[in-house]
Amino acid sequence: MLEKALKGSPKYYMWIGFLLLIILGASGVYLMQLMQGLTITGMSRDVSWGFYIAQFTYLVGLAASGVMIVLPYYFHHYKKFKDLVIFGEFMAIGAVVMCLGFIVVDIGQPQRMLNVLLYPTPNSILFWDMVVLNGYLILNVLVGWTCLEADRQHLPHPKWTKVLAYTSIIWAFSIHTVTAFLYQGLPGRHYWLTAILAARFLASAFCSGPAILVLVILLTEKVTTFKANVEGIATLAKIITYAMCVNVFFFLLEVFTAFYSNIPGHMHSLVYLFKGVHGHHELVPFMWTAAALGLGSLALLIPPKLRDNIKLLPWSLGILVIATWIDKGLGLLIGGFNPTPFETIAPYWPTGKELIISLMIYAIGALVVTVLFKIATEVKEETGASQKTAETAEAN
Amino acid sequence: MNNTRRNFLKFAGLTAAGLCVASAGSVIAAGTGSTIKDGEKALKAKRWGMVIDTKKAGTKEAIDALAKACHSVHNVPDIPGTQNVKWIWAVGFEEAFDQPNNYMDESLEKRQFAVLCNHCSSPSCVRVCPTKATYQRPDGIVAMDYHRCIGCRYCMAACPFGARSFNFMEPRLHLDLANLNKSFPTRMRGVVEKCNFCVDRLADGKIPACVEASQGALVFGDLSDPASEVRKVLREHYTIRRKPALGTEPGVYYII
Repeated sequence: MLEKALKGSPKYYMWIGFLLLIILGASGVYLMQLMQGLTITGMSRDVSWGFYIAQFTYLVGLAASGVMIVLPYYFHHYKKFKDLVIFGEFMAIGAVVMCLGFIVVDIGQPQRMLNVLLYPTPNSILFWDMVVLNGYLILNVLVGWTCLEADRQHLPHPKWTKVLAYTSIIWAFSIHTVTAFLYQGLPGRHYWLTAILAARFLASAFCSGPAILVLVILLTEKVTTFKANVEGIATLAKIITYAMCVNVFFFLLEVFTAFYSNIPGHMHSLVYLFKGVHGHHELVPFMWTAAALGLGSLALLIPPKLRDNIKLLPWSLGILVIATWIDKGLGLLIGGFNPTPFETIAPYWPTGKELIISLMIYAIGALVVTVLFKIATEVKEETGASQKTAETAEAN
Repeated sequence: MNNTRRNFLKFAGLTAAGLCVASAGSVIAAGTGSTIKDGEKALKAKRWGMVIDTKKAGTKEAIDALAKACHSVHNVPDIPGTQNVKWIWAVGFEEAFDQPNNYMDESLEKRQFAVLCNHCSSPSCVRVCPTKATYQRPDGIVAMDYHRCIGCRYCMAACPFGARSFNFMEPRLHLDLANLNKSFPTRMRGVVEKCNFCVDRLADGKIPACVEASQGALVFGDLSDPASEVRKVLREHYTIRRKPALGTEPGVYYII
């Protein structure tokens, strides 16, 4: 099926070329990082993980986008998701590729990366994160690719794909849980040391992931003949709304616990993020933006009338994505490292080079998603599934 | 022509043999755990520990002298800014200990405290390291294999004492290359490092460099031996440890 990615309109080629150009250009900066070290980033002795690991954490959430489609489809036989399943799985592939990319650019000695396999250390959560992420990647590649190939040949999906699909649903929960465990098991990092972190990761993933997926699917509709099942998208929007409600609720639980108990260690990070301490207010505008946009997205998503308005939906989802990104892709990391073990504040801000390298990883992810979505939409077109002309078809 | 081919085959054979030996070697190395070989006079203990008398070494100058001794022995670079590397340094009371006091006596308020790796009994850095590059020796010292470390910095996030430094850049650029200690390796960029309780010196029968330079303010010895000097000092003074509530069981005690 890969050949389908090689034939396309000039616009498709231009987009691919554009992405390749970004990857190529930015890889120059990555080479610079390889030669000079992580000194080109804004990280420091006190904030020893930065933008890269934050993006990794956020994108693990995107990888889960698929499971919110795959789970209703396989566990509840919700047929309206039938033609969306493949996009969920392919998005997960792109997301995991980016996750792995962000890990690779973050480590100081990438050529020694295989030490994680050569000296497997089961007491390290990082070891398990490597296992679950790669496992999730393989599961989605196997299931997605095989099912699409079967669709193309008008064959029923092989039975084993169903077993793997069921596995991948459970597995998807593990990637968030394990990624949260990376943080929440560390003594002395109060902002992370909370049992609800894994649950927060799941809630945040299950709203932001599908939100990005819907945005990309809406974009896909614009440039291909594919037309997603309207009811399917509406259901997904409902799932996103519930997940975002839970996400906000979990966050408020943290706020209550910290401030009602009045324990300084529990309050400090939140105070730093939302009010600033010791004259450091770097993240305050961002966190309040996140709070406003998060609540704003709920205001736009909870009333059914507004949620079902397909013209408004991309905006509601867009601000949800920004809100969750600030919360998990910025605040969580920097808030976790501040205050430092010495009760001081170590401001962190990514450097331009750090952002360019991040852009490279995002471009690689976009390239993977573009190619996979191109293949999927072409097969859908070939088989006449969910096409624009058959918008109202009840066949789904 | 033949000659070249023969040479090529020889080379290929040697390479293959070399690879086998190398991988076997790495397996053996992985088993032993320690990279430092004990000499004949090596100092040994069941549980190394340290007591710092902050009344004796309680000023920035005094602690800087300890740092100088330590950093020159271990070729620790002097890097300006926030990406610095340090094994032992001075901080104030509230930075060192989790017990703020609004009405502290003046001498304590001004006093500086030497902080370093605590060589914890249940070290969180060892727990999280994905490659066993950081490991705990049977004598309680938390040591590092700089050649195993992949630079993921998970240990830095896990250490509640901020004891670890990452080589963000080439450390040799910030070292006085003419005055290196040739018996201890310099590090490369991209790996984490920290105080090693002078495993290198213990193996040679010498006490840690900071203890040697402290003129009695620092006491080093076997915590498991009731007759040792550290235990004697601990019996005679009230001591505290950093963040005991976290359960890592630090091996460094402070006389206040």
